[in-house]
Amino acid sequence: MIALPILSPLLFGILNLLAWRSARLQKALSLAGGAVQLGVALWLLHTVQQSGIQHLQVGNWPAPFGISLVMDLFSAILVSVAAVIALVVAAYSQAGIDAPRVQFGYYPLFFLLLMGVNGAFITGDLFNLYVWFEVMLMASFVMLALGGERPQIEGAIKYLILNLLSSTLFLSAVGLLYNLGGTLNMADLALRLPKLEQGNQVTLIAILFLVAFGIKSAIFPLFFWLPASYHTPPVTVTALFSGLLTKVGVYALFRVFTLLFVQDTAYTHALILVIAGFTMVTGVFGAAAQTDFRRLLSFHIISQIGYLLMGLGLFSQPALAASIYFMVHVILAKTSLFLVAGIVEKLDGSFNLKELGGIYRTRFGVALLFLLPALSLAGLPPLSGFFAKLALIVAGFELQQYSIVAVGLAVSLMTLYSMTKVWNEAFWKEPQQSTHHPAHKPISAWLWAPTAALVLLSLLAGMLAEPLLGLANQAAAQLADPSIYIQAVLGAVP
Amino acid sequence: MVLLLAITAGVLFAAAIYMILRRSLVKILVGLLLLSYAVNLLLFNSADLIPARPPLVAADSLLPPTIYADPVPQALILTAIVIGFGLTAFAVVLMRQVYSTLGTDDLNEMRCTDIPCQEVEIASEEELMEDPL
Repeated sequence: MIALPILSPLLFGILNLLAWRSARLQKALSLAGGAVQLGVALWLLHTVQQSGIQHLQVGNWPAPFGISLVMDLFSAILVSVAAVIALVVAAYSQAGIDAPRVQFGYYPLFFLLLMGVNGAFITGDLFNLYVWFEVMLMASFVMLALGGERPQIEGAIKYLILNLLSSTLFLSAVGLLYNLGGTLNMADLALRLPKLEQGNQVTLIAILFLVAFGIKSAIFPLFFWLPASYHTPPVTVTALFSGLLTKVGVYALFRVFTLLFVQDTAYTHALILVIAGFTMVTGVFGAAAQTDFRRLLSFHIISQIGYLLMGLGLFSQPALAASIYFMVHVILAKTSLFLVAGIVEKLDGSFNLKELGGIYRTRFGVALLFLLPALSLAGLPPLSGFFAKLALIVAGFELQQYSIVAVGLAVSLMTLYSMTKVWNEAFWKEPQQSTHHPAHKPISAWLWAPTAALVLLSLLAGMLAEPLLGLANQAAAQLADPSIYIQAVLGAVP
Repeated sequence: MVLLLAITAGVLFAAAIYMILRRSLVKILVGLLLLSYAVNLLLFNSADLIPARPPLVAADSLLPPTIYADPVPQALILTAIVIGFGLTAFAVVLMRQVYSTLGTDDLNEMRCTDIPCQEVEIASEEELMEDPL
């Protein structure tokens, strides 16, 4: 049952391959696939919430020997949000992806990417996690390079090299951990690692994992591939990547640093907290210097990753809950911002903020679609970003980590500054004579309707902050107490 | 044997890092290849190397022999080799594409995604026309 979020994208990916010649059929299939995925994900979320952690032993091999698929509430929440993004982006792609790209397999890749992402969320085995990462990366490489425009190729090669490097580091960390623990099942490892005498070696491996996943999730000294590549493909692809890819890296960090490497938190989690601060600051300063809409948003992804890590670094149940809610918020807000950037480009023919202008006057609706997620990202009440940051900061105060709280608040202000800059340049100032097209140019409903739906969802996430934070808190309770996870996978613990 | 393999893996890691730090794309590709070999050796070494003791249960017994070779790392390596092969194949094709689109394999000339550089773009294409190598 919990293999469904992996199987359904696989099925639709294959169907899309079979429908290779018919773009229209592929488009219809992609919408159906997105809808099915969302239904499956929400149903699983409901099941997991009602009856606890679900698991599946693939091939009926008992737990530590075979590969386990495990779905706790954290995975279920992320699978659901990923499904929302998939459906929205599938709808947006109907008009946002040009015909040649569809012809060369955009939709099959889309579903394979989704399969990799969901697989990484669900698996309970470290080596299997590596395999899902590779599935996801392979699809993302091709999606990034698909189209073959000059900046795309250049961005893709940087993305490829750094991600290959990170994969090999991940694999060597897996090998070293197998040498120490003698197993790769995460629940079994969590049981064995605390009993080992070589605590220093475990910490060393933990740092290797931090670097490997850190490259994938674009944390402070390792983020360079992201702003170099994310703005190059069509904005639809960027929106999908920004919603899913780095978040898988963050998910993996959360999983290993709450389940496996909790022996030496004074070192590892303190380090994560410091990295979180630097990630926030560099991301937001990087964004402040940009004049390209997409590059600016790409740097904001990095800065938001910092907030997610902050919850992990604080490492208390409220902090983890805040991070989980933050993750939902940032996936929704960030993806909708990219989708709006795509609409703006369709309207004015540019991503350069200097060449844009006057959209507020000509297209009030588009301006509103930008403003809501932008303010949410900066953390203004009553939007979801406010509650996410509030919860994080309260958790920080509880643990008396005042410096990271101060950094978080300052970065929030900087985020507001850079969102104001976009607003002033693209929406508020006088229309630019040279490039501006009048308002008659129609925008396809396939572009604005999914964006509007996503913005609406992001608004809802703010209004339903109380129940959502409650759900995040349940998920955090499962993360904070590894024995629940271990017991669910291995059965009764000896 | 373990020591020999460990040293080999270490040397491979060092060579791979040296190659990856170079400017030319092809050399980086070689570096990545060496790195994946190094990791595969590391995986191979991650269980005790026990020769000629397959993990098979004898016909007249219910338990495997007391000392046997761990089959898991070998399964992991097989998977890793296949994945590595696929990724390398894609990397080669992408690098070919980079060379034919950008006209260079020098990383120092690939800064257009980091800083806007329309002028450099035109210049490098002209250079390619004059001197394809």
